[in-house]
Amino acid sequence: MSVDTKAETGVEKSDLISVFIDGTEVKVPKGTLAIRAAEMIGVAIPRFCDHPLLDPVGACRQCLVEVPDAGNGRGMPKPQASCTLEVAPGMRIDTQRTSEVATKAQKGMIELLLINHPLDCPICDKGGECPLQNQAMANGPSESRYLGVKRTYPKPVSVSAQVLLDRERCVLCARCTRFSEQISGDPFITLVERGALQQVGFYEDEPYDSYFSGNVIQICPVGALTSSDYRFQSRPFDLVSTTTTCEHCAAGCELRTDQRHFQVKRRLAGNAPEVNEEWNCDRGRFAFRSGRGEDCLSRPLIRENGVLRVASWPEAIDAAVAGLKRAGNSVGVVAGGRLTLENAYGYSKFARLALGTNNIDFRSRPHSEEEAAFLAHAVAGRRVGEDGTYRGLEEAKQVICVAFEPEEESPIVFLRLRKAVRKHGASVVTVAPWLSNGARKLDAALIATQPGREPEAVAQLEADANSVILVGERAATLPGTLPAVLDLASRTGATLAWIPRRAGERGALEAGCLPGLLPGGRPVAESAARVDVSTVWGGATLPQRPGLDADSMFTAAANGELEALVIAGVEPTDFTDAKGVRAGIERAGFVLSIEQRLSEVTERADVVLPVALIEEQSGTFVNWEHRHGRVNRVIKQGGSPMTDLRALAALADALGVDLGVRLAKQARAELDELGVWDGARVPRPVGGVSFESADRRAEGAPRRLFERHKHPVADLGLAHGTTGDGVVLASWRQLIDGSASNDHAPALRATAKPAVARISPRTAERLGLVDGEDVSVSSQRHAAVLPLVVEPTMVDDTVWVPGNLWSVGLGELAVLPGDQVNVSAGGAA
Amino acid sequence: MTDVLTPVLSANWADERAWKITNYERRGGYAGLRKALQQSPADVTALVKDSGLRGRGGAGFPTGMKWGFVPKDNPNPKYLIVNADESEPGTCKDMPLLLASPHTLVEGVIISAYAIGCRYAFIYVRGEVLHVIRRLQQAVREAYSAGYIGKNILGSGYDLEVVVHAGAGAYICGEETALLDSLEGRRGQPRLRPPFPAVAGLYACPTVVNNVETIASVPQIVDKGAAWYQTMGTEKSKGSTIYSLSGHVARPGQFDAPLGITLRELLELSGGVREGHQLKFWTPGGSSTPILTAEHLDIPLDYEGAAAAGSMLGTKALQIFDDTTSIVRTTLRFVEFYKHESCGKCTPCREGSWWLVQMLKKFEAGEAEEGSVDTMLDVCENIGGRSFCALADGAVACVTSAVKHFREEFEQGYHTPAWELFPYERSALFPPRTAPAEYPERDSNPGQGALEQTTGSEGGLA
Repeated sequence: MSVDTKAETGVEKSDLISVFIDGTEVKVPKGTLAIRAAEMIGVAIPRFCDHPLLDPVGACRQCLVEVPDAGNGRGMPKPQASCTLEVAPGMRIDTQRTSEVATKAQKGMIELLLINHPLDCPICDKGGECPLQNQAMANGPSESRYLGVKRTYPKPVSVSAQVLLDRERCVLCARCTRFSEQISGDPFITLVERGALQQVGFYEDEPYDSYFSGNVIQICPVGALTSSDYRFQSRPFDLVSTTTTCEHCAAGCELRTDQRHFQVKRRLAGNAPEVNEEWNCDRGRFAFRSGRGEDCLSRPLIRENGVLRVASWPEAIDAAVAGLKRAGNSVGVVAGGRLTLENAYGYSKFARLALGTNNIDFRSRPHSEEEAAFLAHAVAGRRVGEDGTYRGLEEAKQVICVAFEPEEESPIVFLRLRKAVRKHGASVVTVAPWLSNGARKLDAALIATQPGREPEAVAQLEADANSVILVGERAATLPGTLPAVLDLASRTGATLAWIPRRAGERGALEAGCLPGLLPGGRPVAESAARVDVSTVWGGATLPQRPGLDADSMFTAAANGELEALVIAGVEPTDFTDAKGVRAGIERAGFVLSIEQRLSEVTERADVVLPVALIEEQSGTFVNWEHRHGRVNRVIKQGGSPMTDLRALAALADALGVDLGVRLAKQARAELDELGVWDGARVPRPVGGVSFESADRRAEGAPRRLFERHKHPVADLGLAHGTTGDGVVLASWRQLIDGSASNDHAPALRATAKPAVARISPRTAERLGLVDGEDVSVSSQRHAAVLPLVVEPTMVDDTVWVPGNLWSVGLGELAVLPGDQVNVSAGGAA
Repeated sequence: MTDVLTPVLSANWADERAWKITNYERRGGYAGLRKALQQSPADVTALVKDSGLRGRGGAGFPTGMKWGFVPKDNPNPKYLIVNADESEPGTCKDMPLLLASPHTLVEGVIISAYAIGCRYAFIYVRGEVLHVIRRLQQAVREAYSAGYIGKNILGSGYDLEVVVHAGAGAYICGEETALLDSLEGRRGQPRLRPPFPAVAGLYACPTVVNNVETIASVPQIVDKGAAWYQTMGTEKSKGSTIYSLSGHVARPGQFDAPLGITLRELLELSGGVREGHQLKFWTPGGSSTPILTAEHLDIPLDYEGAAAAGSMLGTKALQIFDDTTSIVRTTLRFVEFYKHESCGKCTPCREGSWWLVQMLKKFEAGEAEEGSVDTMLDVCENIGGRSFCALADGAVACVTSAVKHFREEFEQGYHTPAWELFPYERSALFPPRTAPAEYPERDSNPGQGALEQTTGSEGGLA
């Protein structure tokens, strides 16, 4: 358990007070709880309800200690709960190590806790890693004197699809209910009933809907809350644990992944105080089976007479090389945003060195040139601490989210923002079309903005050096938004951080997987930058002309202007126009797919190379803070895994080029050698929208747009339609959706939010639509039918739909937020 | 003997329709309020402080001092809450008072609220006593109509709103912080202290929580003066109070007497123990106060006297048990109450009361293990003083004091059922209307009741 590190670091020596734990003097900050002070000198007082990241409750009474001197010369007459006792100067605290009173009190408490506990450790998932079991052994009586009847309940109860509750095992410590109320803000579970019949309960019609529900399983100090996914799968002592980094988003959570018989059984949140503290999201915890289906690739495939057939590696490499050689440098590389830093580096180097092209892009999602310029200018080549950090969020006075939904796009950022709001009084402002549930939980003020009008909204915002601006990946295709946030940051001194959704994006940027950037944020156009890289790459000549971005590559391929494509980790529906991507793949002369699972791309590829799953390899994910998180190999079966990097090295060899890196650690060493670009940065992108923010201020417009109160909505005049009769699309992806990485995790999928369309009451009235009915949201290309929710905070003339509609990706509609769509009643398009 | 009694709170109880505002006013009611409004709030607080009035809810904390803890510089609203959640076995002083003369409390609320600068007062009444709630609501309505509550009370410029709030029926909500949670609409469970209610109570604002009898004493103190109040009572326990005699006495009831009266005197007033029987044991202030025996007949029943005898004055609910009563059965009934009322928040109370009931059932059935009296005492030691609030302390106090005075009777529970030693119909005050019910079978499962209770709860959860 971590002691609040801030208390250790942020305190002057003079603020420390002396207390005596079992006679040993320890200096601690004022306000420290006795149980934490004891931890500092290695004295573990048994506890159940206490958790350093939750507010103290003092319910279980296990941590009783004797206080012979409260610091005023007088002792406390009764044993005190050390989890709620703030130390005072000179206080003497005697724990079970030195005090008979404390020992008896603790033994008595364990005995009481066990009278109604089933002692079914041999069939309990928690047995072997159970604080109740461990502390009963360490601090409890060896035998119970209880001869009565135990409380029993029918078991288990499903709290949600993922979380099961065995009430008779529960010690009613309220950790789970406090977590859901305090940390995640989803108080769908609570204690009900009284006395010995008190139990964790929930309202039948409102199941435990939370993206963070798995954490309650992890912090349950007994086996009362178990995971439907892991239940009866293994005993803790049969598991092999590996500390690693989560591959699901750019939060960079440290994980503990447990495997047995070379199969991942479960994933737990690691303990990383600077990143995810001790939490993670349900996707990170439960979505680890996607590579376990029959669609998982294990052998290379080559197309013969129009049909894919299994091939040996040498055969497949030869076929790939033949295809690539035919194309020469008329080739493009699309390396999706889910790769480790090292694998992305492999693609970056392979494209330049082996294929002689700068046609490389990691952005397998809607993107723009403006975004590429923004990334090159403000993100690439930067290090932890230069921009926003989790700690910075916690300490910020104000956090502004632009085109960014923390709970959906980066859940751990959301948790840290909630902590900032709850503990430190930070205020959150969101520039969004409506006040989402996640934003409500942050007490966020909504700047109601129709998609496309973000630049105007941002131009009118106030901020200062204590503000942090978070901008999400959606800003890429909202023209002028990224320049506007840059302008806001430089105008006010606020910190700016770009938070992509995918785990590999920040690393791929660093590795140089952009048409205009080399590793370390070096602009392709700068000869000095090319010389830097060329030196480390053995003096090779690098292509000088900036390449094509992903959309342009597919368009070029579809027009017959690009001979070959190398594609890794890409779904066509993730792009702006899925049909265009498919056309590109189909018409390219040669397509090499490097994949883990069968996909739309492998279906159309000429050669498919199977590569290792994330648990089979090591590497690095770079999170939004620019922090490097180590990915460690969990499944150590067989020889070296065939990673993307090894496959690329083999291809390069066959092409007659030495890639120079074959293993992740070699790639890392080379990246270290390269370092970051210290020359002139790409100039700041300039927005196409002009604002009169300075004039507005001169006119004496209110500097604070809104006071801090519950969910204010600031009307900047951006909430109304500019489109006449049409409706503008708003959208973002939900954390748990139809994404392939959530496959084979049915319990997780069952907790996904339903896909609905949201419009404002006024627009519903204008279009004659009623809450709850099915509506059709359509573009010229395609239509999606969804149930309608009339959302009071939604801006007018706008419809919001989730970014992945399960059956239909937004890419099928070929529309982006800010574009016009039609909304009509019923299933008719 | 009538000179022993000092009818202060109960003086008007026998009046015709004493609960109506006109009848209360005819007796001089609301004179205290008029006097108070002519003084500064600080002066009223000082007056109450000088009178020596102490909390009548059981703990006996000086009332004026409690009011003084309310921070003057706190910008938040200040709240006064009357704790009328009277529900301990034996305790029955506040409900008769509210039924007979609710305006005594209402007047007290207005004066006390004025003294502490409160503009919003709450009366938290136990939910089961619907007739009392209605009478109190009617009284508050009358006081609004008469201009005693509302805007600009009696032209003084002082505004006050009074809300009568019915609890949902939980003993724990008599614990002041649990009461606050309940009043805020949460489950009634005690809060962590500090912060104390005087600093951060209801809605995290400065709050004073006082017992009904305490607040009801204020009007006459203001009307007749601190010196008058000081003439009654003992050195450290001033004033008069209501003693509630129940059980095996000839004439049970409320006795309004100065603090420091003895049980011997009260028994004389109430016609003594049931004819033909001797006093066996008694509680000085409800089931949570350690029991006393005949040897304590002459201790002064004030805060200090009860404490000196190893008990507490509590709510002055004197339950009298004669020689027909089984101490084991009585203790079991008391502990069953605490088990039922334990809120469940902390381990020792929740689990301990569950365990004690099962143990005591075995003692009652004559099936206790040899030596289990000591086990029970040790379990009590692991509960008392270890729990989150004082509820569990009350639960074990009746057990430890019972064993202290009647250990041999518990030891007989190793072999003989209590109903054989003390046939239960003999301790009944009234003859049974039908034939006496069968005693529980000796071989019945002592945990069966517990299981039924568990299963019974499923209805609420499914």
